[in-house]
Amino acid sequence: MRNEKGSGILVYLELSGRDASEISRELIAKAYRLCRSNQEKLYLLYVGERTEAAAALTFDVPVDELWIYRTKGEFQADIWDKAFEDCIYDCRPAILLIGGTDEGRAIASRVAAAFRTGVTADCTGLTLDENGHLVQTRPAFGGNIMASILTEGSRPQIATVRAGIFPAGVKSEIYTAGKVVQNTWNNSNQNAKLIRIEEKVKAKGLEGASIVIAAGRGIKRREDLAMLKELADLMGAVLASSRALVEKGWLDASKQIGLSGNTVAPEYLITFGVSGTVQFMAGMQHARTIIAVNSDRDANIFRIAHIPICADLYEVIPEMLQKLKKPEREKLWKKI
Amino acid sequence: MKIAVCIKQVPAYSEGNMDEKTGLLIRTGLESIVNIYDLAALETALRIKEQRESCIDVYTMGPESAGQAIMESYALGADRGFLICDRAFAGADVLATSYTLMQAIQSQGTYDLILCGQQTTDGDTGLVSGALAKWLGLPGYGGVKKLDITGNENLRIAQDMGVQVLHWEIKGPCLIAVDRDIYTPRMPSLKLRMKARRKEITTITLQDLEDQDSRHYGLKGSATRVKKIFPPERTRKREVQQPEAKAAAGLILETVMNDQEAR
Repeated sequence: MRNEKGSGILVYLELSGRDASEISRELIAKAYRLCRSNQEKLYLLYVGERTEAAAALTFDVPVDELWIYRTKGEFQADIWDKAFEDCIYDCRPAILLIGGTDEGRAIASRVAAAFRTGVTADCTGLTLDENGHLVQTRPAFGGNIMASILTEGSRPQIATVRAGIFPAGVKSEIYTAGKVVQNTWNNSNQNAKLIRIEEKVKAKGLEGASIVIAAGRGIKRREDLAMLKELADLMGAVLASSRALVEKGWLDASKQIGLSGNTVAPEYLITFGVSGTVQFMAGMQHARTIIAVNSDRDANIFRIAHIPICADLYEVIPEMLQKLKKPEREKLWKKI
Repeated sequence: MKIAVCIKQVPAYSEGNMDEKTGLLIRTGLESIVNIYDLAALETALRIKEQRESCIDVYTMGPESAGQAIMESYALGADRGFLICDRAFAGADVLATSYTLMQAIQSQGTYDLILCGQQTTDGDTGLVSGALAKWLGLPGYGGVKKLDITGNENLRIAQDMGVQVLHWEIKGPCLIAVDRDIYTPRMPSLKLRMKARRKEITTITLQDLEDQDSRHYGLKGSATRVKKIFPPERTRKREVQQPEAKAAAGLILETVMNDQEAR
């Protein structure tokens, strides 16, 4: 919508079980802070069949209105966007915040086209400028520089954010539950039939791991990952990587740390041969202790690492493996 | 089937690449390649063509040099190539890019299937295909990692949604954005490469589009503006240590293990 001012912030609510998903809680907290600064309304939009769980959340989160669009079945972008269009035409929000999930990206792009407005993917910073425009900050140009992006002439200003970028907690000044608005809409689609849902087998995830070992492009050969895997197993750590190795196809995308991968905040993050692009650092800056091993003294990663070690990973890792295996060998010896 | 594949030329490396044999950094970063996700989309089209009589049209938007991406597609087996190239198209964001692609595709008629890579390795927004589907008035499915055609010409797809994979059967035209693992792209054939040299590339300019209002394209048609670029904030730099390998190994293990035992 061109030359439309709009007011308030609309947040897309995704559920995880009966609760708001992690990213939704983070976006609500962010939106609440932005709304408070100029007394604007905070709206939530929910599409799906768990409408009661969604409605119950209005008691927990500081929201003014929750717009519910009930529908059965799994996410389909060309059904969901109709709910967004209906809600946006009625609420006229200045800002729309959507989680950078598979679902979120699909919907954000369609809504942007529908309203001929701007959408900024994977923001790492969201503030308001003196004119009330949303300043959307994200890494740009391959990830070594940050860009502040504005959507000045059209509304809503749409931004997607990955999980783990903003804190979730919020102290509410609102003590009454938000208003729930139930909507009817055209949600039919004869052209797609869901055949089955396949639950993905969850490998030991990066989320919640207390020690994460990240491999970067300093790893020369695919076979060398075995050495890192062994190290991770011995330390009770999870092996992850930067985008470089995922692009080579050496590791699955689910193992990628970074803005376009996973955001991790382990107790310990040990990086080997990771140079430290902004793209990567956006996904790990909240790790409590960052230990970085890189043979390049000027590697970017050293600027953020708590323990920066300039050394050759091909020398350090074998030494670590030897130290970790040693006690076992001694035990074995005693038995004999 | 009439299939359109959208491809983009991107810099050969994003984070920097290492030569697997020598272990040296490849620094020729100015070299351009076809985005790997888009090569997977083209491969998907070629697999369909192996089973069904099809015509594969490739679209790319960029400067004249992006014609190279079309020549590469010809060497892989694409039938026709369209270079969407006009000064008016430069500087486009997600909105303007997707709008231009829609106008260009529609200038050539209708398609049964539009294939895209689900993201690029340079811009990395993963948003253009979704917006394009909306402009074209088509259902769009992203994260597709498997695609088959049934006897009655319906598509069967597996769509990766993170925690689960949704298997759909779709009737009628749609846009599919593929994951790079859907297929490993084939190598270009020498025969096709020779033939490609004689093949024409059709250039689509503003004059060829239905909407010729230049304010809808490029920088002017973009809803977003980059207001400022700045170097990322850093935490205070700590002194880089240069211990021997043994000492380094000890330092890492003690830091991690001692703390763990202490708790």
